[in-house]
Amino acid sequence: MVKLTFREQEFEVPAGITVGQALAKCQLNPHTVLAVRQGKLITDDVVLNEGDEIRLLAVISGGREAG
Amino acid sequence: MKCTKCAAPAAINMRQHRLALCGDHYVEWFRAQTERAVSKHRMFSREERVLVAVSGGKDSLALWDVLLHLGYQADALYIDLGIDDGIRYSDRSLTHIHRFLAGRPEANLQVVDIEQVCGASIPDASRLTRRGRSKPCSVCGLVKRHVMNRVARDGGYDVVVTGHNLDDEAAVLFGNTLRWQLGYLSRQAPVLPASSQGLARKAKPFHRFYERETAAYALVRGIDYMYDECPYSVGATSLRHKAVLNELERQAPATKLQFYLGFLRAREEGAFEGLDAARPDLSACLECGQPTTAGQRCAFCRMWEQVNARKGRLGEPARAENSR
Ligand code: SF4
Ligand SMILES: [Zn+2]
Ligand SMILES: [Zn+2]
Repeated sequence: MVKLTFREQEFEVPAGITVGQALAKCQLNPHTVLAVRQGKLITDDVVLNEGDEIRLLAVISGGREAG
Repeated sequence: MKCTKCAAPAAINMRQHRLALCGDHYVEWFRAQTERAVSKHRMFSREERVLVAVSGGKDSLALWDVLLHLGYQADALYIDLGIDDGIRYSDRSLTHIHRFLAGRPEANLQVVDIEQVCGASIPDASRLTRRGRSKPCSVCGLVKRHVMNRVARDGGYDVVVTGHNLDDEAAVLFGNTLRWQLGYLSRQAPVLPASSQGLARKAKPFHRFYERETAAYALVRGIDYMYDECPYSVGATSLRHKAVLNELERQAPATKLQFYLGFLRAREEGAFEGLDAARPDLSACLECGQPTTAGQRCAFCRMWEQVNARKGRLGEPARAENSR
């Protein structure tokens, strides 16, 4: 299994699928997150390995005044 | 996926540009794009003094980092809004800025603490005014604009720059288009010239970057930015518009880019010229001297007069005066 964390949420997906497929399974829009594995940014086509821990960073921010 | 330039594993893939880059080449590309935007729109030169409005978030810290790297005279301004809301939002934002400063002895930061300077924090001031009763964002925006302009003027800065990215700009454009606010449309631009009445020049060097790209730059550069959002941004209209645009982007990459760049092109071709002709003339506020459309005293001075008159009544809701 592969563990993904996004804000306070945790997801588990099977190994062997790509980051992009994992995001689709978690119903996350790939344009709104960045995937980080062991401190490094990875692209959506990267295949996830058994035991990987992926941190998903939300990239959308800003209130009315983009504060 | 491999870096288009060196075949190392890519750190980011930008589908709208058909470009994938490794960390090093991404940093290089990102800085070169910023430089291009600055010179294309004649935002500022290396001889001019630049004031960067920093919040501690990814966009503004990335912007400061890039401008310092490109050799611009970029000082920063942090406005301490006094927002706590159980997560010490303002304090923690400042801590992130101090960490950014630690490795950069050449960088200058100026902090304006609103509670100290004006007499109340933004949330407290909002509670005491009609403008901010439901949400502090309107008061907050008014105060930030005023303070930025004043610091720029008093400090002899040529331009105020902010970290607004393409997602921010596209969301504003989307909102203004939904309501066909032609005046706002005509004034939305990557750079606004200084006005003779004392408004500083304003520029947005990141206006062509997707928000995902500014976040990626901050991450690759190891900038430890404030990840949490201002607690009052929950439910903001701009966030709803961003979500819609990102859904369109998911179905058809480059939608956001085309929407915004198409607007800029139309604007440059004069499509919105003359539409803000109805804008009233600005004059100097009798109290603070800053430009205002209000005639005698500016909205900022009037708001603080109301707040300071009502202080001591904190905890009570502001009365709905002249509401009809
Ligand atoms: S979300 Fe609202 S209150 Fe918070 S910083 Fe932005 S404008 Fe100010
Ligand atoms: Zn490379
Ligand atoms: Zn005034």
